[in-house]
Amino acid sequence: MGKGEMKKKPDLYGLMAEFDDPSAIVAAARQAYDEGYRKMNAYSPFPIEELAEAIGFHHNRLPLIVLIGGVLGGIGGYLLQYYTSVIEYPINIGGRPLHSWPAFIPITFETTVLGAALFAVLGMLALNGLPMPYHPVFNAPRFELASRNRFFLCIETRDPKFDLEATRTFLQSLSPHEVSDVEY
Amino acid sequence: MPDEQSPHHEQSHSSHYAPVIEPGHTFSSVTDKISAIALRRRTPRGWYIGFGISFALMMMMFYTIGYLVLTGIGIWGNNVPVGWAFDIINFVWWIGIGHAGTLISAILLLLRQQWRTSINRFAEAMTLFAVACAGMYPALHTGRPWLDYWLLPYPNTMGMWPNFRSPLMWDVFAVSTYATVSAMFWFVGLIPDLATLRDRARTRPGKIVYGMLAMGWRGSARHWHRYETAYLLLAGLSTPLVISVHTVVSFDFAVGIVPGWHATIFPPYFVAGAIYAGFAMVLTLAIPLRKFYGLEDFITMRHLRNMAKIMLATGLIVGYGYMMETFMAWYSASTYEQFMIRNRMTGPYAPMYWALILCNIIVPQFLWSRRLRGNTTALFIVSIVVGIGMWLERYVIIVTSLHRDFLPSSWGMYSGTRWDWAMYIGSIGLFFSLLFLFIRFLPMISIFEMRTILPQAEVKDEQEAA
Repeated sequence: MGKGEMKKKPDLYGLMAEFDDPSAIVAAARQAYDEGYRKMNAYSPFPIEELAEAIGFHHNRLPLIVLIGGVLGGIGGYLLQYYTSVIEYPINIGGRPLHSWPAFIPITFETTVLGAALFAVLGMLALNGLPMPYHPVFNAPRFELASRNRFFLCIETRDPKFDLEATRTFLQSLSPHEVSDVEY
Repeated sequence: MPDEQSPHHEQSHSSHYAPVIEPGHTFSSVTDKISAIALRRRTPRGWYIGFGISFALMMMMFYTIGYLVLTGIGIWGNNVPVGWAFDIINFVWWIGIGHAGTLISAILLLLRQQWRTSINRFAEAMTLFAVACAGMYPALHTGRPWLDYWLLPYPNTMGMWPNFRSPLMWDVFAVSTYATVSAMFWFVGLIPDLATLRDRARTRPGKIVYGMLAMGWRGSARHWHRYETAYLLLAGLSTPLVISVHTVVSFDFAVGIVPGWHATIFPPYFVAGAIYAGFAMVLTLAIPLRKFYGLEDFITMRHLRNMAKIMLATGLIVGYGYMMETFMAWYSASTYEQFMIRNRMTGPYAPMYWALILCNIIVPQFLWSRRLRGNTTALFIVSIVVGIGMWLERYVIIVTSLHRDFLPSSWGMYSGTRWDWAMYIGSIGLFFSLLFLFIRFLPMISIFEMRTILPQAEVKDEQEAA
């Protein structure tokens, strides 16, 4: 790649460094964070708890979303039964109460679980921005190994500290397998 | 391809335990070995034979359903005292089998049982397919399956609503929620592995289909973080769900006043029975699968032994349930309950009852022996026997209770017709057809979770690594 004519061009997504094992990528991500980089992401073939921490991603909003889903599901399920059994279609069987709440509990439980589970799955996909058929990181060489046995760290051009030469030198200093350009 | 550092194996487990994965594997070897079954290896001849037989049986089932819909449920043996028969027996049997999948994927995950990792994927698939088989029976038992949507609460021109006080309505919600949540849990678990298949597929259709299913998964650390949260929460939600489902199934019986059904022991006893039958089915599937696909490294003796122990434990709970049923019948001082138990043990269906005791209580006692737990042939036979025993249990509960209830004038006898059997055996064909397709086209072992249990997956500190 000709270094001279390639300045920080807008059609560059970032620089990608490739590592061999989980300890190396976590160490590299920590160093990049300490160096001041924030707009970066790491890619691994399995979940590594320390890796999300290392790039400065600690909390996600998913538990709250799931709670909301569960509450909505539960209230919705109960109200459905209350409305149909008491208001819309009351049946008097031997004077038994119309609002027979113990009989409504099993379905309320099921709709609570259903609401929470739907919000968990759809919420996870939405927060992750999936489905996303195209993403620039797929252009990185050998990125298909990110789902097999390689670990990648990508510092993106939109990071204020990104400078093509300095960032490349920094990534090289982490002794990766290779550093490559990621184009849009 | 140059590989990772040489695997360093510290034996963290005590020596007499088999490991959860055989030593010497790397990230790439695990990935290649499991994905090769779907992508590279030639489809074995045994697959074609197995799928062919299952497919033929499934076609028999569809033929039966066609005849059933055109004629009516009179082709079944159901009659006036025994209005619930094969359809509910098979429904409960199948849904119980499904429960082991959820137990393995959810409850064992929450309990941090690492050995679940190599068996959870196909156990979850088993759950889905078993629920599909189960759901068919009540839907067809309504007699007019094209009107089944009346079970759903929706505003309609008839001005009617379902009766939410009925356990049958609870069943609709429990089973449909269970099917939905199990499908989502399974699919979420598959996403990273679908990405692996997408990246490793060589054919264009493979790249496209796996690529669409993987939805652009790229293994980003942020994604993994949310993914793990979602997966854990789903496990936490599935755990009470699976218990509630079989509890609701048991309410179908326990809420009725029929002797032999109206018992408070039913929910826990049904849940234990479900797990018992389900683990028997997981063993029935795992033992041949690991042998024919050479997966002994991943599904080790440790897995088989642990499942045998769970089977033994749940089998004992089921045995306790049988004892309690008998005891409560005597203790209740109710003539009808006492007659019901006497009739079960000595009446016209007594052979079924004693066969059930033999299959579910006596045969599994062999699992106390450490040697037999380590013998795959013995385990396979015991698990088949338990599967049969659990089917007999539902047969006994349903048929013997209904055929002689309160009034001798309404007594009758029941036996399944050939259409009943065609449908039951056909549903086994449906189950195995789906399973054969699954092991052919999708990774039957969770690849990304297998990577996490490798010793190399552990992150060492910078100072230590330097």
